[in-house]
Amino acid sequence: MEKNELIAWENKCIQEESPECTSACPLHVDARLFLKELQRGDWDAAYKVLSKTMPLPGILGRICDHPCEEKCKRGPIGGPIAIGTLEKFCVEKFAGKKRVQPLPRKNHRIAIVGAGLAGVTAAWDLLKKGFIVSVFEPGDRLGGYLWDLPEQLLPRDVLTEELSILEILKADIHLGIRLDTTLFDQICGEYEAVIVDRDSLQGIDLSLPLDSDGLIAIDPATGTTVRDGVLAGGGTRFRGSFSPVMETLEGRKPALSVERMMQKVGLGFGRENEGPQPSRLYTNVEEIASVPRVFPADSARGYTEEETLREAGRCIQCECKECVKKCLFLERYKGYPKKYAREIFNNERILLGAAHQYNVFTNSCSTCGLCETICPNDFSMADMCLEARRELLNLKIMPPSFHEFALDDMAFSNGESFALFRHEPGKSESAWLYFPSCQLCGSAPGEVLSSYRHIRERLSGGVGIMLGCCGAPAFWAGRDDLFREALDGIRTSWEEVGKPRVIIACSTCRNIFQEHLPEIETVSLWNIILESGIPASAGKQCSATPTVSVVDPCASRHDPVGQKNIRRILQSLGMEIDELPLSGETPECCGYGGLMYNANPTLARDVVERRTTASDNDYLAYCAMCRDNFAFAGKRISHIIEHLFPTVEGADPAARGWISWSERRAGRVRVKETILRELGEKMDAQSEEYEKLNLTMSPEVRKRIDERRILEEDIRKVIYRAESTGKKMRSKESGNYLAYLQPANVTYWVEYVPEGDGFSVLNAYCHRMKIVGIKK
Amino acid sequence: MNFSQEATAWICASCGGSLELTKVFFSYMKGNFEVDLPACPACDLVLVPESLVSGRMAEAERILEDK
Repeated sequence: MEKNELIAWENKCIQEESPECTSACPLHVDARLFLKELQRGDWDAAYKVLSKTMPLPGILGRICDHPCEEKCKRGPIGGPIAIGTLEKFCVEKFAGKKRVQPLPRKNHRIAIVGAGLAGVTAAWDLLKKGFIVSVFEPGDRLGGYLWDLPEQLLPRDVLTEELSILEILKADIHLGIRLDTTLFDQICGEYEAVIVDRDSLQGIDLSLPLDSDGLIAIDPATGTTVRDGVLAGGGTRFRGSFSPVMETLEGRKPALSVERMMQKVGLGFGRENEGPQPSRLYTNVEEIASVPRVFPADSARGYTEEETLREAGRCIQCECKECVKKCLFLERYKGYPKKYAREIFNNERILLGAAHQYNVFTNSCSTCGLCETICPNDFSMADMCLEARRELLNLKIMPPSFHEFALDDMAFSNGESFALFRHEPGKSESAWLYFPSCQLCGSAPGEVLSSYRHIRERLSGGVGIMLGCCGAPAFWAGRDDLFREALDGIRTSWEEVGKPRVIIACSTCRNIFQEHLPEIETVSLWNIILESGIPASAGKQCSATPTVSVVDPCASRHDPVGQKNIRRILQSLGMEIDELPLSGETPECCGYGGLMYNANPTLARDVVERRTTASDNDYLAYCAMCRDNFAFAGKRISHIIEHLFPTVEGADPAARGWISWSERRAGRVRVKETILRELGEKMDAQSEEYEKLNLTMSPEVRKRIDERRILEEDIRKVIYRAESTGKKMRSKESGNYLAYLQPANVTYWVEYVPEGDGFSVLNAYCHRMKIVGIKK
Repeated sequence: MNFSQEATAWICASCGGSLELTKVFFSYMKGNFEVDLPACPACDLVLVPESLVSGRMAEAERILEDK
């Protein structure tokens, strides 16, 4: 990931954007954090949040016209949070306790002419930053029209005390000055910069051009006037309604410009986000219950502590995290896409020897696309993670364990044991080509064979067969080389038979075809069945419950027609459908997608387990991996093909249970063998000696070795080698044998005992750490 | 971790000799390790117990994969 790509990704995720309240505030007070501290009852911390941003918090905290409240997301669900009244509570608590710590003194002398709210704000900001500040006020006290505000809103003693802080900060204050152009020129000559508070001029002419409101004309972004070193702000009340907080901003802007002038940096750079802004943060309030605003029992005194806790407690702490709420992968790493983008970026730049802590993360995304669908900005973790996987391969730090098992499975499917490409038996042309998918053949071989016979009867022009893997595992693993190879193989065969329409049973395969083989016209098997008539054998299955919940595969997300067709088939089979909360456009993945189960089996297991609890109904899948993964987790689930083409009449397919990786391979071989037999051909694969070994094992051992991704073939190889070379160990107590073999990257261990004409397997385990040798 | 119990529980079926705790060398993804394990140096056979595989070895593999 390049730096500009990181910025583009980061910009897409809005989780770190300011909430509505902060964006609407001219000073960008962190109202969300302020309310969070109040929720915790930490008045001290809440006050610190205010004083970090607000000048003269004792004044502004009482008189602020709180434009934040107008934008508060609580508005329609109980009324906006009373941020203004809560600020008042907080600053009242801290009356007389304020400490202001200015930065080290800077040797720059700045003059403030006029000490209304804008002027005292500018003085406050510059004093805090260590500048030497002189204040020149024509009136006889600081504060200007603040003295005209009602006593109840801003008590005089509070105002006096707050303004005295300027003296504590060593402002050089001149009151009752006779301001005219001569004195002004003199001030301009003596100070490095001058800020004029336009509110306090009361018609005094300083020989500066005026705007249409009769105020000194300024550049609104920086507060500069036409005269060098002279800036101005304030006086917004002469333009219409009076906003204390806008007036404060009017003082803060020229103060910041002065600071930049002294630092000799560009005045206008990066300042477009100052002042009130629209918020980019999305917050979903659909499920937030309405809670009415708390009004102080004594409105003159404001909130009590208890009322404060209740009112602040209504703040929903706006944030987006829409994707994180729905995706266990995003939730588990305790961040959100913007943070993850930075982690992936950094992970690629770790110096040699340090930990790449995001390798597993990068390879744990199922690439299901749910986040992109939910995200208001279409952030795609799938795209980001897939690109990052290619980069890990490029940097040669991709651990082989992350994808090897799946890529081996793909190689098996595209090898002589399964790959096949023929015209329909007895035909020499193909108007159609059936691509039933490797995983469906593995999970339901008998049903796939029946479905092939069925569509051959219903369709004319010949229905050829293409067995193999579409290359999805290679795509997910970032292995573009293997992916291209798989696609090229499919394209070549398809061209060879005259470019027929391809009938696909798997949503993932269909997506791969549509996106990467766009020249091939595809149609879903389920659509063909719906249009050409449901087979007579269909529905002759008993179902323990008449109602099912359809598990839409993640790959069907953008295929509403296909999803609807599935439901039409189920309804015509007499099934009632009770939809899951996440279906249609928003299904999750079963953990197979993106090879999540390979790189992060624990997460994949948790994903499925969480999904099994979404409904007590039997699930109905139309993706083989969904069926197999849910079945592995113990959920009652069937595949639609088992209802359309039952192999055993009256059976309960939802009770079929899990199947092993070895059984999946055997299923694929069976599909190929059967089709070849119909064609009068035989498998050309030579069977190896070790394949002839008879194995028996208990169901527990079968499940355990499957979870460890050990195939029966691996076990046969270990035993065959041990028995033919004698290289094995024997338990003194039980007489069991233990043997091992490292055929490639994995070392397999098998504990077994001879039984009848074969072997009983008692245990098997494996590791990737290679045994290099023994010290002699 | 001491695997002397495993060393006495198993014998080498190839030569019939007993297993002795011997230094065994391992490597994985740029990491090298040595562990004292039951082995038959004569027949070049090692015993890596399941407890080691599912415990420390799995942990080490995981750490090296995120390195």
